[in-house]
Amino acid sequence: MISVKADLHIHTFLSPCGDIEMTPRHIVEAALGKGVQMIAITDHNSTLQAPVIQELGAGLGLEVICGAEITTKEEVHCLALVETPGQRQELQSFLDTYLPHIENNPEKFGYQFWIDTNEQVLGEAPWLLISALDRTIEQVEAFVHSIGGLFIPAHINKMRDSVISQLGFLPPDLKVDALELSRHITPQAFITSNPYLKDYFFIRSSDAHFIQDVGSVFTEFQMETIDFHGLRNAFIRQ
Amino acid sequence: MTVKDMKDALNLRVFAGEGNLGNVIKGGYTSDLLSDVMGHAEANHVWITLQTHKNIMAVASLKELAAIVLVKGYEPDADTLDLAKQEGIPILGTGEEAFETSGRLYGLLHC
Repeated sequence: MISVKADLHIHTFLSPCGDIEMTPRHIVEAALGKGVQMIAITDHNSTLQAPVIQELGAGLGLEVICGAEITTKEEVHCLALVETPGQRQELQSFLDTYLPHIENNPEKFGYQFWIDTNEQVLGEAPWLLISALDRTIEQVEAFVHSIGGLFIPAHINKMRDSVISQLGFLPPDLKVDALELSRHITPQAFITSNPYLKDYFFIRSSDAHFIQDVGSVFTEFQMETIDFHGLRNAFIRQ
Repeated sequence: MTVKDMKDALNLRVFAGEGNLGNVIKGGYTSDLLSDVMGHAEANHVWITLQTHKNIMAVASLKELAAIVLVKGYEPDADTLDLAKQEGIPILGTGEEAFETSGRLYGLLHC
């Protein structure tokens, strides 16, 4: 077993709220600089920036998982992490199908470009990425698991955009691989005020929108191999 | 005023809880954040919302609400409907928006 530091919630330049410094190269360098061995790229309702960073990371010794931070119909933020390029494409198709066609206003919300390793624009996401998908949290969970992904309600301790703020409490029959806490609270402190969640596995991540936050919060996992399988098995063991 | 009085006055559709339309209404609360409703709605309030997730039934039961009114033509999810039938808490619906529904209920209660 290898002890692996993983920051599984990072935004990029593509997220309208992601800082302009959040380029593929900067993110990989920042993660390596913090001693993190695994990151996940989770832009709002899009996977389109993740493959460039995954490829860059592979060449530099950083394991990069592709994913997205999905906004459900109830406006609950949930992380979806996938393994293969095919799964990422399936996830992207799902997002394209259910993201409402509301045009982005870059002046108000920020730009939604994805870029290559030389910071050349590869494309622009047309619809506002911070909208909510027309799918319930249960439908999103079922989809993510149907393609072999991991499903993790994000920053559940926050009093906005979280399963607890939107739905009052975690639906007991929702099939989650883990629950994410923000940097602001430890699992012990969270469980003290939410004892009904004591049997869940908690991760903490940076939710970085700015380069200095990449890898500043991480979860330490025990993995056989530093890859998606290692991560999945680490979740299963918990 | 009872839930039935409100249903008749606002021309609401009844999805579940027909047996408890006699519940007495003492006020209302309009919000789509369940955590907010858990913190601030009071017993015998009518809750006006667009959330259709099954957790709304647990919140309504916990807070001993008189009824839930779904706005904008929203209908309860299938599992929400099952729970509503079990719990006997009326779920009603309207094609109007939360603003109009809240205003009209306020008028019924206070004017």
